[in-house]
Amino acid sequence: MTPDYITPELFAKLVTLAALELTPEESEYLRTELNHQLAAVKELSEIKLAEGVQPSLHGLDCQGNPPRPDEWLPFPDSAAILALAPESNGEYFRVPDFRRGGEEAK
Amino acid sequence: MSSIQLSAYQIAQKVRAGLLSPLEVLEDHLKQIAAVDGVPGSLEPKTSDPAEESKVHAFIEVSADLARRQAEQVRARLERGEDPGLLAGVPVSIKDIFCVQGTTTTAASRILYNFRPPYTATTVERLAQAGALIIGKTNLDEFTYGSSSESSAFQPHPNNPWNTERVTGGSSGGSAASVAAREVPLSLGTDTGGSIRQPAAFCGVVGLKPTYGRTSRYGLIAFGSSLDCPGPLARDVRDAALMLQVLAGADPKDSTSAVAPVPDYLAALEEGVRGMRIGISPDYDHITYPDTLTGEMSIQAIQPEMNTSVRAVAEVLAQLGAEIVENVPMPNARHGIPAYFVISRVEAASNLHRFDGVKYGYRARKPALDLSELYRATRAEGFGLQPKLRILMGMYVSAAQHSAQYYQKALRVRSMIRSDFERAFDPNGAYRLDALLTPTTPTTAFRRGEVMGDSVLMQYSDQMTVAGNHAGIPAVSIPAGLDPQGLPIGVQFFGMDFREDIILRAAYAYEQATRDAEWRAVQPQALRGSEVKA
Repeated sequence: MTPDYITPELFAKLVTLAALELTPEESEYLRTELNHQLAAVKELSEIKLAEGVQPSLHGLDCQGNPPRPDEWLPFPDSAAILALAPESNGEYFRVPDFRRGGEEAK
Repeated sequence: MSSIQLSAYQIAQKVRAGLLSPLEVLEDHLKQIAAVDGVPGSLEPKTSDPAEESKVHAFIEVSADLARRQAEQVRARLERGEDPGLLAGVPVSIKDIFCVQGTTTTAASRILYNFRPPYTATTVERLAQAGALIIGKTNLDEFTYGSSSESSAFQPHPNNPWNTERVTGGSSGGSAASVAAREVPLSLGTDTGGSIRQPAAFCGVVGLKPTYGRTSRYGLIAFGSSLDCPGPLARDVRDAALMLQVLAGADPKDSTSAVAPVPDYLAALEEGVRGMRIGISPDYDHITYPDTLTGEMSIQAIQPEMNTSVRAVAEVLAQLGAEIVENVPMPNARHGIPAYFVISRVEAASNLHRFDGVKYGYRARKPALDLSELYRATRAEGFGLQPKLRILMGMYVSAAQHSAQYYQKALRVRSMIRSDFERAFDPNGAYRLDALLTPTTPTTAFRRGEVMGDSVLMQYSDQMTVAGNHAGIPAVSIPAGLDPQGLPIGVQFFGMDFREDIILRAAYAYEQATRDAEWRAVQPQALRGSEVKA
């Protein structure tokens, strides 16, 4: 069995879905490495699973706290969170106004 | 005598007894940073000075003011007759993947170059409450994605204090380097596939990956949420145990943090290894490596000193009364990296979707026609190659048409990896191990630039460590000698769930029994020429 192979066309689709833009050099490097990684994981398809093997989302059974009540707990300093945004207005994060060609909101 | 020569345990003892001022300790360590570290990592490196090539570059940011305030608080607590904490006056560096209020938290990525978190990670809070002095943030692979720390967007990347032409390992490379170069006695790192233990081995220090859930992930910028584990890096086993004592325990802010009781790790160290059953596996004396075109796997030898060191450590432990159990089968260890290539990438891609230039961090300046274009431009400019590679791989292998072949299969292979350890540690089974002893890495520290860019070869640097992350079990890497080139060799003990006390006991017994070994007197290159000699 040969490894899966990511063609330039499939790669372009993945890039769009991933919300990325790449230079031609980046694309060349990343597609090559992706195909090498897919070759490296080909082994997985050849592993025979023992009967009844279940998937593990964690290595060990979670021994965590029981879930707390689903109650809203306000962060004590929401202004500090908004201050991190590239752009904000009052209680809102802002993005450029694309109706006006993406110019910064006033 | 400068306090950089003391362990964390010794510093805390002296500070608590009023024999040493926390401010003096801090200034000693700041002087050492000034002597050996060179320019901090930056998005726009300002120097081409060749002298910087031989510096350690462990730090992205030195938080001297924060640490001075904390040293003052320790002094004030002592003056009031209050307990200043287990780590009173101990300088600690923090891998720059933990949110620390009052510092910039970059994850070594342009996309978070200006992120000043409005809260502090639970692990860091606990260190500060125990009297530690948060002296700075250390460099790492971008978002922890790597095994050499070279992929940081903040250059220069850390260099190995033992030989600055070699890498530190990664991703907690700055943390390991800062401890090895005596810039701090302790550092807080994270281990997702080996990111504490591998750099610890490369830099000749102790690195402990606790059981998944033993330490809180709250405030840690996530890589693989089912694998990430904060833990200590230290110069000796007692210090690692001391730091774990402070870090361990349930956290209401992390639903995966464990409620299991926290034992007295320091007391456990003294219990010795008499009667302990320590296993060695033939499945850990080589690696299984793929041809990157065909996927055909072949067995490849590891550096011979790795296996001879495991044997030498086993012999010492046998002399101390441990029983060495040979030929423990770990047949699924070889699948660790292929399964990790899938699981960690799926989780990384999911975790990286939040970075979009709207709520915090970097935003692309070029005009966008719509929101999706703004996202794409921001992520294109903000992420380096390694995050982009993980996003693309994670999306491919978790896509609906591929999920059964890759992701669902990898989760089952993970169960098989776990079952190897369950069989080895089963108290009623054939092996009844207390610990499994293996090399930490296939080689000692490789040269800078030698592996960078080859994402498959880089990932296989973690083949000896990654099974512990899949299984969730604890593991500790300790120094076990130097290779013919004078580079540190690490060996590792895997243990049962929440039995860090047992693997620390084994590590401590070996460390104490070899404390007069010749190789322990050799100092890292970065210390040999420094003004403040250790």
